[in-house]
Amino acid sequence: MGYSVIPIVVFTVLWGVVGVICPIFAPKGPNRGIIQVVLMLTAATCWLFWLCAYMAQMNPLIGPRLNNETLIWISRTWGNAMNKTAA
Amino acid sequence: MGSLFRSEEMTLCQLFLQSEAAYACVSELGELGLVQFRDLNPDVNAFQRKFVNEVRRCDEMERKLRYLEKEIRRDGIPMLEIPGECPEAPQPREMIDLEATFEKLENELREVNQNAEALKRNYLELTELKHILRKTQVFFDEHEGGASTTESMTRALISDDPNRHMGHVQLGLRDKQESLEFLPCFVAGVILRERIPAFERMLWRACRGNVFLRQAEIDSPLEDPSSSDQVYKSVFIIFFQGDQLKTRVKKICEGFRATLYPCPEAPADRREMAMGVMTRIEDLNTVLGQTQDHRHRVLVAAAKNIKNWFVKVRKIKAIYHTLNLFNLDVTQKCLIAECWVPALDLETIQLALRRGTERSGSSVPPILNRMETLEDPPTYNRTNKFTSAFQNLIYAYGVATYREVNPAPYTIITFPFLFAVMFGDLGHGAIMAVFGFWMCYKEKPLQAKRIDSEIWHIFFGGRYIILLMGLFSMYTGLIYNDIFSKSLNIFGSSWRNNYNASTLASNRLLQLNPDSDDYLQYPYPFGIDPVWQLAEANKIIFMNAYKMKISIIIGVFHMLFGVCLSLWNHIYFKRRTSIYVEFVPQIVFLTLLFFYMVLLMFIKWTTYGSTPGHFGSQEPEIVKTSAFCAPSILITFINMMLFKTDENTRPQCDDVMYSGQMALQKLFVIVALLCVPIMLFGKPYFIMMEQKQRARQGHQPVEGAAENGTAGGAPVPAGGHHDEEITEVFIHQGIHTIEYVLGSVSHTASYLRLWALSLAHAQLAEVAWNMLLRKGLMSTDFQGGIFLYIVFAGWAAISVSILVLMEGLSAFLHTLRLHWVEFQSKFYAGEGYLFQPFSFEIILDSAGQAEE
Repeated sequence: MGYSVIPIVVFTVLWGVVGVICPIFAPKGPNRGIIQVVLMLTAATCWLFWLCAYMAQMNPLIGPRLNNETLIWISRTWGNAMNKTAA
Repeated sequence: MGSLFRSEEMTLCQLFLQSEAAYACVSELGELGLVQFRDLNPDVNAFQRKFVNEVRRCDEMERKLRYLEKEIRRDGIPMLEIPGECPEAPQPREMIDLEATFEKLENELREVNQNAEALKRNYLELTELKHILRKTQVFFDEHEGGASTTESMTRALISDDPNRHMGHVQLGLRDKQESLEFLPCFVAGVILRERIPAFERMLWRACRGNVFLRQAEIDSPLEDPSSSDQVYKSVFIIFFQGDQLKTRVKKICEGFRATLYPCPEAPADRREMAMGVMTRIEDLNTVLGQTQDHRHRVLVAAAKNIKNWFVKVRKIKAIYHTLNLFNLDVTQKCLIAECWVPALDLETIQLALRRGTERSGSSVPPILNRMETLEDPPTYNRTNKFTSAFQNLIYAYGVATYREVNPAPYTIITFPFLFAVMFGDLGHGAIMAVFGFWMCYKEKPLQAKRIDSEIWHIFFGGRYIILLMGLFSMYTGLIYNDIFSKSLNIFGSSWRNNYNASTLASNRLLQLNPDSDDYLQYPYPFGIDPVWQLAEANKIIFMNAYKMKISIIIGVFHMLFGVCLSLWNHIYFKRRTSIYVEFVPQIVFLTLLFFYMVLLMFIKWTTYGSTPGHFGSQEPEIVKTSAFCAPSILITFINMMLFKTDENTRPQCDDVMYSGQMALQKLFVIVALLCVPIMLFGKPYFIMMEQKQRARQGHQPVEGAAENGTAGGAPVPAGGHHDEEITEVFIHQGIHTIEYVLGSVSHTASYLRLWALSLAHAQLAEVAWNMLLRKGLMSTDFQGGIFLYIVFAGWAAISVSILVLMEGLSAFLHTLRLHWVEFQSKFYAGEGYLFQPFSFEIILDSAGQAEE
């Protein structure tokens, strides 16, 4: 179960604000209902889409299969310099 | 109230208008544009109506205006158009003034044109004559010195070009023999240049070579007065002998539309004539100039007002057209109209009517009566510039039944979202969003420009859709971590390389293991990990699994949403039984089967994976939750439907995902299947019960509105046809049930197009990058720079034309399908008809468009 709390909280709160708090303060007028629906659906769809991407990666079943050159580049730029010693 | 959720409430009203006030009142209503009049004399043909004369007069005026406009266009005078200013419909008495003005203008213009044409014709003749004189002068000058001009000239002409005509010897011989009686004559004229070869051949054949033709081209083009085209002409001169030939030559000239001019033989005469022609041309020029000036003045004056006049005339015509729909009452003092009116706007309409009465100075106020009716009112959704495009997407499928739930407000977001799932690319999305934003930002100037291209109209009409689609594509592109097929590493990838140098050197492809320190054990916080874009070997495997799952998840949510909207319809139309025998079984069916599958996906995502601290452990408890034991959702689902359990091929794994799964699944399938007969027989059963009850109470006609789906539906014919009707209900319900049950399966599968198109888009983008831009980026030196420059142009062109435009179009169409079929079939009947108010704005718009 690999997840970290921070991104989940951040994005849920972010879309929660858009989808729940913002509609309450939608400007009065003939289009209030439309604005509310637009905000709520935007939040719902975007949050769901983010959630699926996040959850699909929580427990990866396979790992990426990479070219050795790419791997060398990855170790250089993303940290974790190569183990020079034989492992 | 956001009326977009349902169409506006309409009432049928009867309108009594005083004859003298009718015109002003209708004009006010036209400005308002909120009233749809019904034709009260559908049997009367168009020529027998009351205001035919007026309509005809308006047509005549319009014709005159169009003539004026054509003339103005021809002279290239700009027509003054003041945006935003629109004259009101003039009083009926002003019509006479307008008519007089137009009549005067038209006559004046026609006269001027006629004069100008006559003058031009004259001018053309004179110019041609001038050319003839000049050219023939050259012919004659070539044989100066002969005693007898004609004779020497003839001879000279013949010897001039010995190879030209076969007959020259013959002609020359005869010439010598018959020199005494021979009186050569000639005609000179002008002919269109392209007719020369045929003309020459004809002359030769018809006169058996006994004529002699010389021709010279006129260099400058001449204006044809009838069509005002520029044409090229040639001067010719024909020599021949005898009267017979003369008539023949003249006939041929006539046939070829050549104009003949008298040309004196003596050089002095010719010179004199040339002088005369020159002075006459000069005179004509001044007169022509003055005529043109006059015409221009008249047209400029007309151009200032022409748009205004058009508006006025069209308004008058529209008003009389509408008045033709009305009924005369018995006393002939007042007109009766029937109209559909939005209930909320009754006040404004009353006000407009009062204004109209005041304007016409009538003392009797108009009467607006509400009427009861059993007819279905028209569907009217009040839209603004933002929502109208989405509403039109819905209308393109079918106009909503009166007061049923309108999908448009939900489509505003779900449409761009589903589009973006297929079009997810930050770069392409940004291009689209920028284009959409530009159209929205420059809305007013672009609208004023009136660009006349259908494709542009489609794009401009959908500018808000394009903007939203672009923005959502940027978001999904960020989640897919895909910008022109490259990824962004904003938050730092969760994958590390732990292979040492020697392993790396000896293996070309290496897989990182999630069940080790290669994976940091927490996912990339926003979207897909950037490492996957680099994993050329198995990126597609991972992305396919992910995208297929989200397609189904999104699809099931979308369909559940659609079914829930049908609940609002049932509640609104008070179809209580429909809630129990349609909505409930439908939602249970969908939830227990397909939503359960979605849940299984989430369970799979959260349950199976590595356990930190126990990497590579063989302990049974850990192996059971490892990636090795992850089941296939699809196989699980199929087995669930077939009540089947596969043999467990992996003995160290559990064959269920959670305890009690098998029993629960069996229960779900049984309950879901039980829903089918409820959907099938529930409604017919209730209808039968009701009819029996009614029969027991006696044969009173009862309003069956609630059961018939329309709030003010037609009364059910009691008794009699009851058997017939019940079979009809059965068939209807059977079709609906089959459609829903089979539809649930096929529609769920249909949402896989989200995955397929998204995959295709990502692959195409990758191909474009690898085949083009990458080659350019890999070339070195300054030639490489030039190469990159060219390659970038190609890549950019392909990106915009194929990936943004064509892929965008295909994703758009698939999104449209998902909304029309998969979403709207769950709740939307779309059997209404559109409210078409009498509005000057719409009439003028369509008239303006038809004109262009």
